[in-house]
Amino acid sequence: MAKGKTPQGAISIKNVTKIYDPEGVHVVAMQDCSFDIAAREFAIIVGPSGCGKTTLLNAIAGFDGITSGEIFLDGELISSHQKQIKPNVDRMVVFQSGALFPWKTVMENVIYGPIVQGTMKKTEALARGRQMLNQVGLAGIEDKYPEELSSGIQRRVEILRALINEPRVVMLDEPFRGLDAVAKTVMHEFLVGVYCTSPRTMFFITHDLDEAIFLGDKVVIMTTRPARVKKIVTVDMPWPREHHIKTSKLYLDLKGEVLEAVHEEAKKAFQAGERELA
Amino acid sequence: MANRLKTALLNPQFYRAMTGIVLFLVLWQLLTGVLDLPRFKLLPNPISVIKEWFSFEPLSGRSLFTQEYYLDIAYSVVRVLIAFSLATVLGVGLGLIMGWNRIFYEFTFPIVEILRPMPPLSWIPLAVLVLPGVEVAVVYVTFIAGFFATVLNTLLGVYSIDKKYFLAARCLGSKPRHIFRNVVVPGALPFIFTGLQISMGVSWMSLVAGEIISGQRGLGYAIYEGYSMFQYNQVVCYMFTLGILGFISSAGIRAVGRKLMAWEASRRGA
Repeated sequence: MAKGKTPQGAISIKNVTKIYDPEGVHVVAMQDCSFDIAAREFAIIVGPSGCGKTTLLNAIAGFDGITSGEIFLDGELISSHQKQIKPNVDRMVVFQSGALFPWKTVMENVIYGPIVQGTMKKTEALARGRQMLNQVGLAGIEDKYPEELSSGIQRRVEILRALINEPRVVMLDEPFRGLDAVAKTVMHEFLVGVYCTSPRTMFFITHDLDEAIFLGDKVVIMTTRPARVKKIVTVDMPWPREHHIKTSKLYLDLKGEVLEAVHEEAKKAFQAGERELA
Repeated sequence: MANRLKTALLNPQFYRAMTGIVLFLVLWQLLTGVLDLPRFKLLPNPISVIKEWFSFEPLSGRSLFTQEYYLDIAYSVVRVLIAFSLATVLGVGLGLIMGWNRIFYEFTFPIVEILRPMPPLSWIPLAVLVLPGVEVAVVYVTFIAGFFATVLNTLLGVYSIDKKYFLAARCLGSKPRHIFRNVVVPGALPFIFTGLQISMGVSWMSLVAGEIISGQRGLGYAIYEGYSMFQYNQVVCYMFTLGILGFISSAGIRAVGRKLMAWEASRRGA
């Protein structure tokens, strides 16, 4: 972690192509995909299922390489056809199905990063962890195991586990999938809260368009596979976002615009699926 | 404690278990003592077994009140404990390394898969031939049974760990040794303990067979001795003794497992 100098977290994706070739069958997951995410911007990625959103996340995280193109983080090349930097705490991932270690308590999970990296002493990490939990109203669950908690609380703890490392980029892959609508609004408030307290670059994949517009500075709509950018919709609404904006005209217009673009791609994906089956 | 006893006594489960045991004993008595069936006549009936077991002057020289009985138990228990501990340390170690390192796995897996199905007792001739003394050979045969069960289950345990935990750990800045300690070992633990249960079971099995064939002293040996000296009460007493010891050792492993995997309690709904 860059100490002293302020982490920025600007991501630049340039002409990225990813071809999977597991059994000699080329699957083009992404083709010539380019867009930028400014430092501390809340970017939402939407697109048909299986279009390659997670492929892009994996490339930025360093879990997987790309076939061609380049990805830069704050001007530094982090991924190209010959370079793949390792996963690191400056790019934290929150996983789709939740990846808190079930064998560690909430507190052990939260302080895991600083402890293994040796960036904090145990007492220091514990104090920081407790402070973070208190701040979001989750005091008192430190010694519980994840599976004793609701999935909504698990997700919040997992996000805190990422944030304690002060990453430049936080990547969330459909983090609130499977939560009911009410639980989701709690999650959104939580995320707005942590984002406003210390803004950092967010790369947020979702299928939920309300979530997309409520949380995003911009919504990047991907095409059906192979993924490239279909449209970018800028959501010019002030932070902190509050629930009443969901009934504003601007919100509804933006939602209409995104919905239309997503629907077009979904139809294409559906037809392609039918062709594959036929 | 008193409270636990009270709830146990109020629980219908307890009475059902007791009834089951009583019915078993009654059936046994009927078959062997009352009905006078042809082949069953040779079997000792439960009353004579219990009498012998609790006798101050047993015909076989072995009962709850003789030193002999406890010496036999001690011999077997010590053998099992040594063999099981070795099997656990080496088996878990090998299993974890095989699961952790692909290349090591590729070197070792085929040979493990060929050695593993060999019945432990088939090792007896070589064990007696090569190892210094019959005692070591019996322990070895007991060990080999538990060892492969432990290796395989540990390996499966490592493979059972969801990939996302490895990715999350890498993301959080783990070095390989951190991943080993914080993901591989705890993640494999539930399977390891399943393996240890199996290992304990097969250890007792091989031990008794080993003692019957080549042992000196111990429960298996005493069962065989009872057979050759027409002390069938002793044979049955010792069979039940083995049952009880097996039950205790399984319960012990479960208790340790529960302690080490407190996080699993919520999954079990406890």
